[in-house]
Amino acid sequence: MISSGQSLDRPFLTVNNLGVAFPTEDGLVRAVDGIDLTLERGKTLAIVGESGSGKSVTAQAIMGLVNRKAAQVTGEIWIDGQELIAMPEAEVQELRGSEIAMIFQDPMSSLHPFYRIGDQIVEAIRAHRPMSPKLAKRETIEMLRHVGIPAVERRVDAYPHQLSGGMRQRVMIAMALINSPALLIADEPTTALDVTVQAQIMELIQRLQGEFGTTVILITHDLGIVADVADEVAVMYAGRIVERAPTTILYDHPEMPYTLGLLSSVPRMDRAALERLDPIRGNPPSPINLPKGCVFQPRCNYSDRTGGLSMTVRPELLPSGPDHLVRCHLPPEERQRIARDVLAQLAGAPQ
Amino acid sequence: MFAYLVRRVLGMVVLLFLLSIAVFFLFNLLPGDPARLTCGKACTPAIIEANRHRLGLDEPVLTQYEKFVAGIFVGRTFSPDSPEPIQCHAPCLGYSFTRHEEVLTTIETAAPVTFWLAIGAFIIWIVTGITLGIVAALNRGHWPDRLVMGISLVGYSFPSFFLGLILIFFVIIRWQILPFPNYVSPFDNPVQFLQTMILPWIVLASLQAAFYIRLTRNQVLEVFSEDYVRTARAKGLPERVVVVKHALRAGLTPIVTAAGLDLAYLLGGAIIAENIFSLPGLGSLAVTSVLQSDLPLITGITLVTATIIIVANLVVDMLYAVVDPRVRVG
Repeated sequence: MISSGQSLDRPFLTVNNLGVAFPTEDGLVRAVDGIDLTLERGKTLAIVGESGSGKSVTAQAIMGLVNRKAAQVTGEIWIDGQELIAMPEAEVQELRGSEIAMIFQDPMSSLHPFYRIGDQIVEAIRAHRPMSPKLAKRETIEMLRHVGIPAVERRVDAYPHQLSGGMRQRVMIAMALINSPALLIADEPTTALDVTVQAQIMELIQRLQGEFGTTVILITHDLGIVADVADEVAVMYAGRIVERAPTTILYDHPEMPYTLGLLSSVPRMDRAALERLDPIRGNPPSPINLPKGCVFQPRCNYSDRTGGLSMTVRPELLPSGPDHLVRCHLPPEERQRIARDVLAQLAGAPQ
Repeated sequence: MFAYLVRRVLGMVVLLFLLSIAVFFLFNLLPGDPARLTCGKACTPAIIEANRHRLGLDEPVLTQYEKFVAGIFVGRTFSPDSPEPIQCHAPCLGYSFTRHEEVLTTIETAAPVTFWLAIGAFIIWIVTGITLGIVAALNRGHWPDRLVMGISLVGYSFPSFFLGLILIFFVIIRWQILPFPNYVSPFDNPVQFLQTMILPWIVLASLQAAFYIRLTRNQVLEVFSEDYVRTARAKGLPERVVVVKHALRAGLTPIVTAAGLDLAYLLGGAIIAENIFSLPGLGSLAVTSVLQSDLPLITGITLVTATIIIVANLVVDMLYAVVDPRVRVG
């Protein structure tokens, strides 16, 4: 069990130089390459990025779900004073589902099709707490009611295929929170759901976070939901964090051109229907064959303003104001000016 | 579930009916004259005609079929106007004039041999196939995997008749580990029964076991990348529970179905195994009846075998509905 108290002076979650690399026949794939994170207890961190940016692998590494036989995991992950990477698998297994829990992208396939949903949650309880099946079932019913499942007494004995996608995600949330974990990792929890259900699920996660005091890491590619939920945002690109800031700062004063690109890609109801979305051009680089300089350089509209630096040198993640870290070769004044222009354009105001 | 069962049983009855038509007409349209075969070399057209009448072969095919079906339910009498009419009690699958025996009696004598052969081979095939497949999958890329896949490849590439002859030559003749096969009922002499059956079981099981090693390995590897297995790990369950309760339960279920469908293979494969080891089962009987153009017996064996396979499929589908809740319909 995690002991609290000794770590009052330290953040609840600290990730130091986390790396996850998969050896393949074509070479070493560095899915995550030197990530640093900190997160205070009870707060929400959003990790944002395109598919393949390494955000899901980061989540799975924190969860201890990366197969240690298939991947090299390096660095340190401190949760409440305990370091997870060097910890024996048996102890990590103790923490999984009790102190750290996770909900996944696709509730259709994340529940076992052969077992009743109630039994699956009872199993989660009894994996960590000795409890009679009867009591565990009572607690399960209570939790299912709490996450907003109607007609719980009947639904508790249903199989996953008898429930809708939104209901299944509620079941997943109930299962994740049943042992009151200190940290909840939500990996694209709404991506596979209908738009109307998405908002309900995010509200539910927020409400429960408030009730249980859970710390949340939200993995998503949707900057639209991040603004309402997260206290802090880390933008990932090609296995690295390229910008990190408190949410308000990131939205009001983004600096990294990739973040600007993500912000421009969010469809908005208040924008003119004829106005085209402005997606980031090109595709993420192959993790085996990364560009020599800045990894974002081939897709960057402003790389010619770095004096050729972005072609040759990897930029560092450096402070650019309080709590604001940016990985970019552009001079700070230059990228702030670019950001103002882009945001003004997005807001529809004259330049 | 009950409605589903009723529907399936009704479907089975219809299927059997259609099958009996197909089998009966198919074999009656075959070239060759069964009546000619009933009398030896000293044959005259008059005797052939008399025999044809005695066998009921002078009647239209449709009438013959009606009598055949009626015989199954109420029994029938062959050559009723001769001095010695032949009674065939219900369920009557016909009368073999070559053997002078009711078809059902012949089949009933031979069926237990094939039954024991199939059961033993089925157990060997499923147990080795699934166990070795799981071992290979859990050790993917390491030496146990390579060893098992090597064994599987050998099992694949040996034709079963060749494997049978090799086994007879070495195990029985050269090393004399086992006596020559001589079938007895397991209830009369269990030791001799086992000594006789072990090699036929291996021969009959080898190819299927080799196939099931690969099938199981692929299934298990596939199911390990399923999201719900990741969920099981995320719950903090011990790896043993993740593997057995979550991964294998889901991964092995389709194999149940495949195995049920492959039961048909056993009955086909029994023909080879029984002939190599001179076992008096349905397989040997089928070969003999074909060689002797014993039409009633061929029809009877085909119908009985088909019925067994259809019933087995039904049972397998029922089992599948028990293990996979998604299949439970209506």
